[in-house]
Amino acid sequence: MILDTVASLGRLVLETVGRVGYAARIFFALLGASVGLIRRPRLITDQIHFIGNYSLVIISVSGLFVGFVLGWQGYYILNRYGSEQALGVMVALSLTRELGPVVTALLFAGRAGTSLTAEIGLMKAGEQLSAMEMMAINPLQRVVAPRFWAGVISMPVLAAIFSAVGVIGGYIIGVRLIGVDEGAFWSQMQAGVDLWEDIANGVIKSVVFGFAVTFIALFQGYEAQPTPEGVARATTRTVVISSLTVLWLDFLLTALMFS
Amino acid sequence: MPNLVEIRDLHFSYGIRPILSGLQMDFPRGKVVAVMGGSGSGKTTILRLIGGQLQAQTGTIKFDGQMVNARDTRKMYAMRRKMGMLFQHGALFTDLSVFDNVAFPLREHTTLPEELIRDLVLMKLHAVGLRNAAQLKPSEISGGMARRVALARAVALDPQLIMYDEPFAGLDPISMGVAANIIRRLNDALGSTSILVSHDVHETFLIADYVYFLSQGKIVAHGTPQQMQESNDPYVKQFVHAEADGPVPFHYPGRSLAEDLKVEVRS
Repeated sequence: MILDTVASLGRLVLETVGRVGYAARIFFALLGASVGLIRRPRLITDQIHFIGNYSLVIISVSGLFVGFVLGWQGYYILNRYGSEQALGVMVALSLTRELGPVVTALLFAGRAGTSLTAEIGLMKAGEQLSAMEMMAINPLQRVVAPRFWAGVISMPVLAAIFSAVGVIGGYIIGVRLIGVDEGAFWSQMQAGVDLWEDIANGVIKSVVFGFAVTFIALFQGYEAQPTPEGVARATTRTVVISSLTVLWLDFLLTALMFS
Repeated sequence: MPNLVEIRDLHFSYGIRPILSGLQMDFPRGKVVAVMGGSGSGKTTILRLIGGQLQAQTGTIKFDGQMVNARDTRKMYAMRRKMGMLFQHGALFTDLSVFDNVAFPLREHTTLPEELIRDLVLMKLHAVGLRNAAQLKPSEISGGMARRVALARAVALDPQLIMYDEPFAGLDPISMGVAANIIRRLNDALGSTSILVSHDVHETFLIADYVYFLSQGKIVAHGTPQQMQESNDPYVKQFVHAEADGPVPFHYPGRSLAEDLKVEVRS
């Protein structure tokens, strides 16, 4: 009984290490295949349009609602201590340091990540990737790498849009609806938000999330069993693994950046 | 060298499950050679081995005098530029139009101006009878038409070797006849060599110059279609005449019906 448990635990560890090693191999192959894209930037811009542009609505709407909630909650908490003038800086710091990069990455995993996994998985199931290989075209270079870099580039831009729209949401609720002084709202924000400490660290976070989420989504699609069930499972795995990875990386980066 | 592709003492297995054992095959230049056999006999695996998508455990495959080695990616990609492959369901890129599918290898591998690519694509589509379907999407054409578009794409770069994986599967009789006719005509017009994997006896025998019969990963018979028609080999006879029982049993091997029903059979 104990021996069986140890054996299955050992098997699990071996499988996990093997899978992580394989993923690392694909990641480096992907980086190697990306060199050729320098001569064909159009492949990346097309994907930025597809991945980034189509995520814009969900990111903007979510950012607005998160801003609304921050404005409301922030006002009631700060009001207890007579500091409602600091609402602007609170909303901006919450968004640029944490909520912007994290919520954008989670939404990106659900919107663009699943779509990437399903697209690559179905291409594999329909033998399109094999067909490309037989045409002497590396699918990692032609299909996977442009999507990867498009995801990495789109993520910080989307996070910035999320934060900007969120600040507007906080302004609408805090200033327009509740009546916090408009001058205090903006001036405290301007004084309290540091370009490097807050905004740059937020951008670094979203770039890291961009690497992680896009690679997970593409890897799951590339390694999916070429069946409807296999693609469905891969899509689910993308959301679960990406979400957990984003939260884990956020903890790690926050500890490194702000401790 | 008379043979474009040569296979010698080839063994391939998935894990411990053997798929092909001891194959010796020749594919002479300019000929249409068919590889026939039941489902799961290893026919498609042969195509994937020749294309370097799989690596055999032992044995050799030579293409145009060069050894095929799936592990040498750079060399394999150079070799594949001389090959074209038609996949069983076409494997068209669903986000591209018929025109762009055929133009894809030309745009990827050449620096030809767009006007010339347009003319070449229209000529290839004309050869398969689908010039007027150029602007349609793969979702707007039938399975038979998709196969023909895939064929136009496979020959876009005028390859030396064209491999066909079940080109007749699931086609109506008219489409089947059209596909068979195109395969033969293209082979002769391009001066290429074709490997045709199929289990459709009638159409294959009409266009093939030579036939290999495969069963359980081994060559069980080979010869011209005429010789195969007249063969007394039990497997070939069963296959060619579509007999339900024979060397390939009707029942999946295992326990007998009496054992499953737990009844005694009176002797």
